[in-house]
Amino acid sequence: MTAVVRFARHHLLTAYALLALAYLLLPIAVVVLFSFNNPNGRFNYTWQGFTLKNWGDPFGVPGLWPALQTSLEIAALVALGATALGTLIALALVRYGFRGRGAANIFIFLPMATPEIVMGASLLSLFLAINFQTGFWTIVIAHITFDISYVVTTVRARLVGFDRHLEEAAMDLYANSWTTFWRVTLPLIAPGVLSALLLSFALSIDDFVITNFNSGTEVTFPLFVWGAARVGVPPQVNVVGSIIFFAAIGLMLLNVVRQRRPQRAAAPATATATVS
Amino acid sequence: MGFLHRHRWLTPYGLLAAGLGWLAVFFVVPMYYLAATSLKSGDIDFGYAFTWAWGNYAHALGRYQEQLLRSLEYAGIATLAAFLISYPLAYWIAFRGGRWKNVLLLLVIAPFFVTYLIRTLAWQTILADDGPVAGFLRTIGVLGADGRLLATSFAVVAGITYNFLPFMALPLYASLEQVDKRLVEAAEDLYASRPVAFFKVTFPLSLPGVFAGTMLTFIPAAGDFINAQLLGTPQQAMIGNVIQSRFLVLNDYPEASALSLVLMLAIVGIVVVYARALGTERLGT
Repeated sequence: MTAVVRFARHHLLTAYALLALAYLLLPIAVVVLFSFNNPNGRFNYTWQGFTLKNWGDPFGVPGLWPALQTSLEIAALVALGATALGTLIALALVRYGFRGRGAANIFIFLPMATPEIVMGASLLSLFLAINFQTGFWTIVIAHITFDISYVVTTVRARLVGFDRHLEEAAMDLYANSWTTFWRVTLPLIAPGVLSALLLSFALSIDDFVITNFNSGTEVTFPLFVWGAARVGVPPQVNVVGSIIFFAAIGLMLLNVVRQRRPQRAAAPATATATVS
Repeated sequence: MGFLHRHRWLTPYGLLAAGLGWLAVFFVVPMYYLAATSLKSGDIDFGYAFTWAWGNYAHALGRYQEQLLRSLEYAGIATLAAFLISYPLAYWIAFRGGRWKNVLLLLVIAPFFVTYLIRTLAWQTILADDGPVAGFLRTIGVLGADGRLLATSFAVVAGITYNFLPFMALPLYASLEQVDKRLVEAAEDLYASRPVAFFKVTFPLSLPGVFAGTMLTFIPAAGDFINAQLLGTPQQAMIGNVIQSRFLVLNDYPEASALSLVLMLAIVGIVVVYARALGTERLGT
């Protein structure tokens, strides 16, 4: 009897989990499916017929390519800026005990606990007050601001098991602080930094709310989609959405595979890093 | 070795300086300007001036109380729904995932790789009046002949639930993953039934994840306006819709700022009460 109940519960949980996963993936399937749709009018809501022409000419819609290009430029700058600033904070928070560390930890958490709309509105208040024209650079500033906390969280998670003795060993072997950082510290934290770069790039390219407040006349990809949603979204938007999706999944898989390998080779790798 | 080596205690502050300085200038200072703007009066043509106009708050609250309460209600329901959907999922991945854990986690966060607006528009397609879901529900009689899914509160709450679900699932997974399986076994050895072992051992140990997940879902949900805009009608407008349109369309900066701060305070209040409640519960078990 209990065996039957246990069997049922075991599979009930699995069925529930698979349903939840299906729910998470359903809209993604719809996005990809409708990138092959051949709509009759302006609205890409109902299935009309299969076509490859949207994929053949993804940027055939005026304004789509410049918007995506702007988004990519912003995301690249933001990923570099936020990762640099956030990694330094994470290093300080994990590796040093210092006065004010608790306060710094809470402070880092605050931007993540602020609704995007409040952050967007407050930044716009600042730019309006000092008469700073909103546009490309204000978007970059806004994105770096909300990305920093995510970078700190990501890098910190990887830093927790960090062995400080490796750095001390390098210093004992007459490496100066700069060499120690480049040859020992950075290689050790590289996977975390890479994840942070990917995450901040993804968050930047996806952001709508804060961008909407601080964009001026600049149009990013999400802003383009927002504008298009009022008059009918062309299927090319689904094509670009699908490309972004597959590119991101591909990069994540690559990162997972990369991290699985060093786990096995961790011991010799750290040994080499310390010796060389 | 020079200055840095002799003054090692300075190193952490040096590392923090750039990042925290950035946040001070572009996160803290803007909050000051938001607060200052909320106390201004005037109009967009002749400019706004600071006059300690506390009336903005009374006016904003009186006029948009409905949208504010609706935001908190929708966010609360969506948070609960996200919890109910993702707790079993996170539990399943943590305890039964085996070597597929990383792949399953990637599937959980997969929605984040589709642009927010595009995945919300996909829900528009799924819930559309002539879409398959509405058609099916009409056939089996759950939905009336001219019943709609799109443009209802249901659609908005469902959209919010979907969009922030990974924020709930990831912290839940992280805390469930860390639960020491030996503790659960020990409870079962001591004749606790499986449900008792779950509610006395596993669930209490996962409470940090429950707290983090509910916060990370509730906060962005309460400030969201995209789901209400794309999946609802003005009858489902949330406080985010009001702030967005007053700020960017009507350029009524003072009232929009006042509303932003009210939203912020409401969220902080709810978080504090919630943290207290969860904290005492944890002490009690």
